[in-house]
Amino acid sequence: MAVLDRDTINAVREGFTRHRLSWIDTLPFLFAALMYFFAARYLPLGTQVMIQVAFALSLDLALGYGGIDSLGHVAFFGMGAYAAGLYALYVSSEPLSGLAVAACIGALTGLVTGPLVLRARGLTVVMLTLAIATMLHELANTSAMKPITGGADGLFGFKIAPVFGMFSFDLYGRTAYWYSLGVVAFVFIICKLVVNSPFGLAVRGMRDNPVRMRMLGVNVTARLVTLYCVSGALAAMAGGLSAQVTKLVGLDSLAFLVSGNALVMLILGGAGRLYGAIVGATVFVALSDRAAAIDPFNWLFAVGGVLILAVRFAPQGIVGLIADWSQRLGWVRR
Amino acid sequence: MAAPALAIEGISKNFGGLRVSRDISLSLPVGARHALIGPNGAGKTTLVNLISGLLQPSSGRIALDGVDITNLAPERRVGLGLARTFQISSLFPSLTVAENVGLAFEARFGLDRRLWGRVRSRPEIVEGTAALLQSLGLLELARKRVADLPYGQRRLVEIALVLALEPKTLLLDEPAAGLAVSDRGALLDLLLRLPEALTILVIEHDMSLVFRLAQRITVLVEGQVMTEGSVADIRADPRVRDVYLGTRSHG
Ligand SMILES: Nc1ncnc2c1ncn2[C@@H]1O[C@H](COP(=O)(O)OP(=O)(O)OP(=O)(O)O)[C@@H](O)[C@H]1O
Ligand SMILES: [Mg+2]
Repeated sequence: MAVLDRDTINAVREGFTRHRLSWIDTLPFLFAALMYFFAARYLPLGTQVMIQVAFALSLDLALGYGGIDSLGHVAFFGMGAYAAGLYALYVSSEPLSGLAVAACIGALTGLVTGPLVLRARGLTVVMLTLAIATMLHELANTSAMKPITGGADGLFGFKIAPVFGMFSFDLYGRTAYWYSLGVVAFVFIICKLVVNSPFGLAVRGMRDNPVRMRMLGVNVTARLVTLYCVSGALAAMAGGLSAQVTKLVGLDSLAFLVSGNALVMLILGGAGRLYGAIVGATVFVALSDRAAAIDPFNWLFAVGGVLILAVRFAPQGIVGLIADWSQRLGWVRR
Repeated sequence: MAAPALAIEGISKNFGGLRVSRDISLSLPVGARHALIGPNGAGKTTLVNLISGLLQPSSGRIALDGVDITNLAPERRVGLGLARTFQISSLFPSLTVAENVGLAFEARFGLDRRLWGRVRSRPEIVEGTAALLQSLGLLELARKRVADLPYGQRRLVEIALVLALEPKTLLLDEPAAGLAVSDRGALLDLLLRLPEALTILVIEHDMSLVFRLAQRITVLVEGQVMTEGSVADIRADPRVRDVYLGTRSHG
């Protein structure tokens, strides 16, 4: 065999897609920082955006990259929310450890339900994930669970201690805003690391062709369970974050609507590219808020209309559309 | 005597009432070049699916290097040194050629469970892929997405994938199907250059390729072994001409 020279190796290395952190990645965070100074009125809305961005990112990892058609991702979100709420009520009001506990509960949920769900593919996965989320929702409302979950009243009356023991949560939502931004940055970086890792390549392989993956000797179900746990941990962090900044955990944090909305966000922004989750969640939350402010009764029409337009004219999502155009205009090379 | 690389004993497979494989037995010593031929629908692909574990036999046993693998999960069989290609290309269309081959290296080294580090900075993946693509003359394709390749090139990438696994036993399901005549020569050269210790079971309709590659040939008809013998035996067997070669050469 001929000796390999550096150039050949480097040329082949270029064949491996890279999702490196670049200046583009700082844009959303720069934007968020600017918003703090110039649109302080919208900080609570910005915080909601960030909770949804974190959740949509977690869904993108499972669905966009791994091809796990989860319609029940709210199960992780809700478990995380209740975990963070209960932790604040009974253990400690320290927020970071609360998030860590939420993440662990999310991963555990993935570990328990994953083997059940992930042996199947396609529509069966959709139904199973949906069924699990619905069961959890019902379970949280049973009289047996009421002493723990608070039933329809939910969990409330807990306090969240200052972040790092220094920054207390204020009435204007400033600390909540920065705190959420930090959590989103953390979730985003974890997603990037996972996507770039050897495991991340295997995940994309499983989405494309699980049978071929098995024939390469990969235990597909086991890898999917790992992905489900990672995604579940991040989704639960989003739920925990929501519980901490709103200081309330209700049954709606296990409601199907949360899953459905996140799916719409991914379709809007574009699945399987991380940026899609950021853009989609931002557009969705901002649009819903504005539309509801203009017409509190019929605002869903606006959201539905935009979704139809997006599916018709940007089937790869907004980010997909931008990527297409910038390629066509020669801004980036493939 | 050493255990055969691949031993199949009385394998049968029924799909409902349809008996697709009937009491098939086959033994390949280490380093064998064995061809499996037979008319369309004879059950050749089904046999490969049974050996690789994508299908479970209704009865019979399969052993790899003397180890019974009849009830082993498909991915575990790969771990024991079994690799296969598919009759219809089975690759990762949205990934690049480098990533396709890199995935095979990754799987072979057990790196697919690594959540940290970057694929691009693993020398065993990148350099292994580069060396293999170079030896197959596929370097130019490294950055192309498989979905953008013509079918003939996909067939070669599929071979690269299984070679990256460095198997001990290789099952090839019609590797020349879909290849232009000019590419078939290159494929044959490639297969003839494979290490001697590699055991190969190849299904192929292209008889010139079969006769040049194989030492022994099994003829499968309606799920049953009709005959097995050396290349010369099979070429001279009038029954084989009737059921298979005859009907083919008229076409
Ligand atoms: N999953 C299945 N369910 C039912 N019947 C099947 C199944 N798979 C294969 N068969 C049947 O088994 C028979 C053998 O199929 P197989 O694909 O093994 O043939 P083959 O020898 O590979 O043919 P070819 O040369 O066309 O590739 C065919 O009649 C086919 O219809
Ligand atoms: Mg076949």
